[in-house]
Amino acid sequence: MENFELVILLLDATLRTSTPLILAALAGMFSERSGTINLALEGMMLGGAFSAAAVAFYMDDPWIGLLAAIATTIGLSLLHGFACITHKGNQVVSGMAINILMSGLTALVGIALFAQGGKTPALDKAARFQPITLPGAEAVKDVPIIGPIYFELLSGHNILVYIAFLAVPAAWWVMYRTRFGLRLRAVGENPGAVDTAGIGVVAMRYRAVICSGVLVGMSGAYLSTAQGASFLQDMTAGKGYIALAAMVFGKWRPFPALAACLLFGFLDAAATRLQGVVLPVIGEVPVQLVQALPYVLTVILLAGFIGRAIPPKALGRPYVKER
Amino acid sequence: MSTTVQLPRWIDVGALPLLNLLLALVVSGLVVLAIGENPAEVVEILLYGAFGYEEAWGYTLYYTTNFIFTGLAFAVAFHCGLFNIGAEGQAYVGGLGVTLAALYLDFLPFPIMLVVGMLAAMIFGAAWAYIPAYLQARRGSHIVITTIMFNFIASSLMVYLLVNVLRPEGSMTPESEQIAENLRLPFIHDIAGALGIEMASSPLNLSFVYAILASVMVWLFIWHTRWGYAIRTVGANAVAATYAGIEPGRFIIIAMMISGALASFMALNEIMGVQHRLLIDFTAGYGFVGIAVALMGRNHPFGIFLAALLFGMLYQGGAELSFEIPTISNDMVVVIQGLVILFTGAMEHMFRPRVTKMYTAWRLRRDAQEAV
Repeated sequence: MENFELVILLLDATLRTSTPLILAALAGMFSERSGTINLALEGMMLGGAFSAAAVAFYMDDPWIGLLAAIATTIGLSLLHGFACITHKGNQVVSGMAINILMSGLTALVGIALFAQGGKTPALDKAARFQPITLPGAEAVKDVPIIGPIYFELLSGHNILVYIAFLAVPAAWWVMYRTRFGLRLRAVGENPGAVDTAGIGVVAMRYRAVICSGVLVGMSGAYLSTAQGASFLQDMTAGKGYIALAAMVFGKWRPFPALAACLLFGFLDAAATRLQGVVLPVIGEVPVQLVQALPYVLTVILLAGFIGRAIPPKALGRPYVKER
Repeated sequence: MSTTVQLPRWIDVGALPLLNLLLALVVSGLVVLAIGENPAEVVEILLYGAFGYEEAWGYTLYYTTNFIFTGLAFAVAFHCGLFNIGAEGQAYVGGLGVTLAALYLDFLPFPIMLVVGMLAAMIFGAAWAYIPAYLQARRGSHIVITTIMFNFIASSLMVYLLVNVLRPEGSMTPESEQIAENLRLPFIHDIAGALGIEMASSPLNLSFVYAILASVMVWLFIWHTRWGYAIRTVGANAVAATYAGIEPGRFIIIAMMISGALASFMALNEIMGVQHRLLIDFTAGYGFVGIAVALMGRNHPFGIFLAALLFGMLYQGGAELSFEIPTISNDMVVVIQGLVILFTGAMEHMFRPRVTKMYTAWRLRRDAQEAV
């Protein structure tokens, strides 16, 4: 029974750690399926987290904070698009530039506004997303097995966690069941053909990076106004890159990407609990090994040892209409 | 399409990058204004901090050294058409090589240690670059993603080693032991002092001379050797290279290993030269800035030197800035870096069409006048 509770707690933590990854991985997917590499997830997440916390602090409302985060990340997405789509700049360089820029800018503006060494002031309850108790959770709380699963694991998260999990089927539907999705994927595979059909490649790619901005903005807001209670300097700590890895690991597809995010989130949740714990047979597992595992697994996948990850064909190539 | 004239070299590698740089600096100035400070004052403090007194020069060139190495590293891979984002990790692991050599081969006399330390850094850095290179060349895994992943893997590996293996017993901080005094790279002010020249003390050390030599070597290698030619051919067109009898995979691996070795030299400056021990995150983002340095320098060693000097200046001047104006932290320099990378790297083509158009119009008019 004790083990069961432990597992429930671990899975509960997994849901919380994988939420920002899911949103960011979906964001990356929208951008990359349309042919624009998005290494800027990390920087955008950071920008979103900062805007959300700063605005939520002033307005005392997490929803306005969320909107501010989304506005910021859409702005950054448009900047990325302006460099890569309009001016055919290098997508990798643009992404790295945004990451470096945001790492500095969030701290700089943070110091200028709040003078707390780059942090935003701690948000009180009203300015944060609060846990939601699902209907009937209290009632089934004491039922064995189902009780803990429903009450501990599924209920009691904030709204962004549920949004993230609902975003996966929604993204799938948009991507595979709508005209917009079909065109978006086509633009990432064969932009020439799409252009021939009379659909603007540039406009299509801009729409894709805007979708990307909306999603990654939510993941940033989650970090500072739902999971945490303030913005901290460089608080994303590589989560944008892990999300990128999860997207690649999920082969640029929504549901496999969700699975990868859950796996990487689980590793993250497990790493904090495994610190200094001696397991039977294996002995003490170095935390660093668990932390490096998402990256190692992604490299192994990319090397073609566990299935094949084939990126969109036109990924990274600016579209040149005519020479 | 209308006729266009090829831009002359001075516009292509001189005026256009300068224009982009200028734009980056103007936007940086706006950021300074936005947080309520005076851009002119900031520029003054920056320049004074970087060049205003003798010691500052030493610091500026010390930072420049790191940027030369990481810039060259990126450039060599780029000539082969590869985006090596992994200089950070390669330099980190290279630092492990230097440290291990200096700690466990400490019986060696200094002149031999100079070579051994360099070789150790090279081997470790190149080995770390080899895996992504192999995966790109033989298994088609995208080098950008794998090198990013390898940065994180290197980071975890080094934290593990520093905490569990290299940390001296009884010490709480995750650092390695100090390198023996006779195995450290001499500071330039010490060398100058021995020659009877008085110089302010600074962290500038022998590795700056390495950096200059490495720049010359890279220039010779890329433009005046068979391998350099092969690397450039693969970078320009891998399919054509195959028809020319050059096997792309082989040169992808060679270029990446050289790139990793060059990145690892940064560890010579930091560990053998200044810190004298292996520290967590001693690479401090130099590897990423190397991308900007190389792009601004148009992947040519001389351009890289100039760009490295610019970033060295920003680093040193930025440190001064955070002393002088409390509201401006070192993060301002990070912002400027980001903007410089954005405008000179990602948006490098922004002015090109317009400038080409203007230049073409000017040329046509001039030719028409000459014809009359």
